[in-house]
Amino acid sequence: MYEIIRQLEEQRARARAGGGKKRVDAQHKRGKLTARERIELLLDPGSFEEWDMFKEHRSTDFDMDKNTVPGDGVVTGYGTVNGRLVFVFSQDFTVFGGSVSETHAEKICKIMDQAMKVGAPVIGLNDSGGARIQEGVSSLAGYAEIFQRNVMASGVVPQISMVMGPCAGGAVYSPATTDFIFMVRDTSYMFVTGPDVVKTVTHEEVTQEELGGAMTHATKSGVADLACDTDVDALQQLRRFVDFLPGSNRERPPERPTDDPADRQEPSLDTLIPDNPNEAYDVRELIEKLVDEGDFFELQPDYARNMMIGFGRMDGPTVGIVANQPMVLAGCLDIDASVKAARFIRFCDCFNIPVILLVDVPGFLPGTAQEYGGLIRHGAKLLYAFAEATVPKITVITRKAYGGAYIVMGSKHLRGDVNFAWPSAEIAVMGSKGAVEIIFRQDIGDEEKIAEREREYQAQFANPFRVGSRGYIDDVIMPHNTRSRLCRSLRMLRNKKQELPWKKHGNIPL
Amino acid sequence: MFESILIANRGEIACRVIRSSRAMGIRTVAVYSEADRDALHVDMASDAVLIGPPPALQSYLNIDAIMAAIEETGAEAVHPGYGFLSENAAFAERLASEGVTFVGPPSPAIRTLGDKIQAKQLAATAGVPTVPGYADPIADAAEAARLARDIGYPVMLKASAGGGGKGIRKVMEASELEEAFRACTSEAEASFGDGRVFLEKLILKPRHIEIQVLADTHGNAVYLGERECSIQRRHQKVLEEAPSPFVDPEMRARMGGSAVDLARAANYFSAGTVEFIVDADRNYYFLEMNTRLQVEHPVTEEVTGTDLVEQMIRVAAGEELSFGQDDVTIEGWAIEARLYAEDPARGFLPSIGRVARYREPVSGAFGTSKTIRIDHGVNEGDTINRHYDPMLAKLIAIGDDRMQAVTRMRAALDEFYVRGVNHNMAFLGAVVADEDFAAGNISTDFIGDKFGSRFDPTEVDRDPEPWLVAVAGAIHWRRISRGSRLVTRSMDDQVIPGRPVTLAADWVVMANGRPFPVELAEAGDGVEVRRNGQTYVVSSDWTPSRYIFKGTVNGEPVCAQYDSGSVGFRLTAGGYAAEIQMVSPRAAEMIADIPDRGASGAARNIVSPMPGLMVSIDVEVGQEVKAGDAVAVIEAMKMENQLIAERDGTIAEINCAPGDSVEVNQVLMVFEGG
Repeated sequence: MYEIIRQLEEQRARARAGGGKKRVDAQHKRGKLTARERIELLLDPGSFEEWDMFKEHRSTDFDMDKNTVPGDGVVTGYGTVNGRLVFVFSQDFTVFGGSVSETHAEKICKIMDQAMKVGAPVIGLNDSGGARIQEGVSSLAGYAEIFQRNVMASGVVPQISMVMGPCAGGAVYSPATTDFIFMVRDTSYMFVTGPDVVKTVTHEEVTQEELGGAMTHATKSGVADLACDTDVDALQQLRRFVDFLPGSNRERPPERPTDDPADRQEPSLDTLIPDNPNEAYDVRELIEKLVDEGDFFELQPDYARNMMIGFGRMDGPTVGIVANQPMVLAGCLDIDASVKAARFIRFCDCFNIPVILLVDVPGFLPGTAQEYGGLIRHGAKLLYAFAEATVPKITVITRKAYGGAYIVMGSKHLRGDVNFAWPSAEIAVMGSKGAVEIIFRQDIGDEEKIAEREREYQAQFANPFRVGSRGYIDDVIMPHNTRSRLCRSLRMLRNKKQELPWKKHGNIPL
Repeated sequence: MFESILIANRGEIACRVIRSSRAMGIRTVAVYSEADRDALHVDMASDAVLIGPPPALQSYLNIDAIMAAIEETGAEAVHPGYGFLSENAAFAERLASEGVTFVGPPSPAIRTLGDKIQAKQLAATAGVPTVPGYADPIADAAEAARLARDIGYPVMLKASAGGGGKGIRKVMEASELEEAFRACTSEAEASFGDGRVFLEKLILKPRHIEIQVLADTHGNAVYLGERECSIQRRHQKVLEEAPSPFVDPEMRARMGGSAVDLARAANYFSAGTVEFIVDADRNYYFLEMNTRLQVEHPVTEEVTGTDLVEQMIRVAAGEELSFGQDDVTIEGWAIEARLYAEDPARGFLPSIGRVARYREPVSGAFGTSKTIRIDHGVNEGDTINRHYDPMLAKLIAIGDDRMQAVTRMRAALDEFYVRGVNHNMAFLGAVVADEDFAAGNISTDFIGDKFGSRFDPTEVDRDPEPWLVAVAGAIHWRRISRGSRLVTRSMDDQVIPGRPVTLAADWVVMANGRPFPVELAEAGDGVEVRRNGQTYVVSSDWTPSRYIFKGTVNGEPVCAQYDSGSVGFRLTAGGYAAEIQMVSPRAAEMIADIPDRGASGAARNIVSPMPGLMVSIDVEVGQEVKAGDAVAVIEAMKMENQLIAERDGTIAEINCAPGDSVEVNQVLMVFEGG
């Protein structure tokens, strides 16, 4: 018995050593932590329960049977973040470059299956050179097993991918099918084909960082939801993020106690909207003055900046916030902004998180780039996502809500539960200038007449009363009361129940 | 007395004049530009008249528009405040011609004293000391040497046609004179096309001290003591106080007498200020006389118990001064700090935008004795725009003696919370925290010598005070203990039990990257922070919804401003700011193990620091630049500002052209690679 225990300890030590001191040092030199160090920082101290520490690969080709490391390049298990259960896998780049073997994949699949059964998020810390080439198609099969589970778990438990090293080739499709991707600046990259292949095929010269670094995906492709500075920063961000999420689709969003009054007044919001209707303002200030303690976790902050998305809390529980940003492209809807918001709304709907829309939208972005790019299809995603969602949906129109964009951005007609307008709201088919030029085409050329018509149109529509008289908004509220009115509405909606007609699934215009 | 008074100004001074007028039972009329529709002075006044578009030339400097507003409202008198039309003789004359009273001095006095040469001559004839020197051009080096010997070294050579600091040579001793004369003459020739130079005494480490005078239309004139205004940044006053720590009663009487003499010689009435330059031997020399209410007038009001605005109005209404020189006493101490929307980290460039948060200090507000006075012109939610002076408020700390006033100023600055625009609060905090300032060892060189041309409170090269580290620990403890109380419920409202969280005790406070290991524990209603064998008990009712941390550390009261970041937070106190990241000891080790990735923090892009107009672009695509190189010039608020590269590199993209108008944070240039 003693001997067994001694062997056990030896095995554990071997597993903990990973790829050995030399490789660990190399990992550190790159500014990266090891797989276990990362787990240690992510989870509450002492909460990690490791599984499959002794699991080894079964490959015999290329003398691989002589080269095994217990754990096979990935650390898996569960633990807690602020006391709440999460499952985690952390790929170990020091062992076979973190490459995915059949057994490596099995370990990941095992915790995913368990997470779905008990209803807890899955966090993947990705740092892998790719498929274990020695294993051939077995490795690919392993990937496929993971992908399949990512898809099955989608909408059941939150899945978060933290890319902390390479993630290339087919491997990218595991993070890609999860709910959120965070990346670490300068040390992580994701691409389907690497710079070498790119050069051979298209003769483009591009670095790994340019092709698929954190900044590329955070600003250009929108693949990454957040770019973090370092491993330590990234794991602290992740802990903060997990606090916003329910464990599964069977849970309500978590509540964090606060002494920030639900009826806090913000008089300064009464002057947020500039006198000049064409002047921008920063919607971030509004968001930060609405949510508890100004604590807002913005996602994709540097991508499609004309639309802001992220999580906050209102009197405790998490809410999802979707807001047009007038500072960028006047806050109009384009392809990227529509897709960004649509996907976020769908996440919230999966996990019972109420959605608040802050609307100041002059319309959809015109132009060939947008039309050729499929603005019709992509804009429809936003409409589809909002119309389909059954979570509490509250809309505040702060200023412009024009045309199709008005409908899409959380209108009453798409089952908005509570629709508020500020006194500065203008809800119309289009801005006054464009409208007058169509309605009074015969007067074009007579500047005086046109100006007069514009004033008339303004008087008719540049206020929230016309839509109020139709019941398309529920109330006109003073900006300084917005938090209070939202908190009350959210309490009223807490037990909202709404069902979709039976279907296998809808057909969102992908 | 007047029925109504129009205030031809904006901002805090308009509010200030309205307050005194209101107390006197006078109806007030505000004027405002289109940019000031929601401004505080408009709210405060009984009446308000729109006088034009935002640019001052079309509104606050537009005499016709103001005359129209007077006509519309029937205002009987006009108070001009400071700046704008306050020293405009033509405006005073126009008012007089239309039978409206100007609350200020007579226009001939404005004209005479507004002309530097005439003012200096008038001072000389009135027997007021002026800086020794010769205003006539000097023929050659030999004459210069003779004149310099007469005045005594050090001296200053100045180009007759000079200005803006050009064409000036300091000469410390006789041996330097010949070379200096040649250099100054040729520089004057090259810069101004006029090689004439003159010579003046050079005052080393000068102080700027000014005397407040008040005169009526009946021939009475008094002085209300002095103001010490030596704390200046590029000739702009930053902190002022009354009395001066340098002036004794005898000197005060001499200076006051000179100031009154000058006022009488100029046939002056109303409030006015005579500015002097003072050397280390307490010799004082006339600089100029300001024929208006000064920005820093509150410190005089606080130590003399006089309402200067009220006195100006009474004088304008023809009343006789109700007190004489013997009735003027100086009691206590008052210090004023000018709070500006500006960015000290970017060389004090004006910072415009919305004042998203504006919370004045509460200390003293409910006390029985008055310790803090705030003259402000903005409210939370107001916008600082590019057309006007970006002053937010004046903070005046009052005490029985100087140290008490300094202490109260420090506390008030720590509590004054303004966000949305950048401001100089931390810079002011650093100035008043300085030992030389506390000792009264100041001169007009103080800021230049101690701070240079920019200030960033996170770059102050010292460890945070132990109490601040303790506060960081306590804040973190509150944050994590709250974080451990997250509640999750199932859809049918069953609480889902989590694993009980035991809060870790060992932490490392990373403050601006410097590690300070601490041990944290709950201690009654406070937090115990142990560090280096010392125990700090931090007591506070602080919660994460507050942005001011007030409490005690081992019984001593402390205050710091708290700004929550994404994972860490920032603490600001006493002109020092720390970016705090709280990590476990293991994480601190890991951070220490991981090599610094170098200058990746330095900006890869050059962004516009403010909205403005591109004047020039001094680099081309493909050009290599070094950190610190000037790459472009942008004009904003009538100031030209150089944009500096923050890192070495090659310019990959230029996204703007001269003449473009640019927004704040717009990316103007991109560096290659990165």
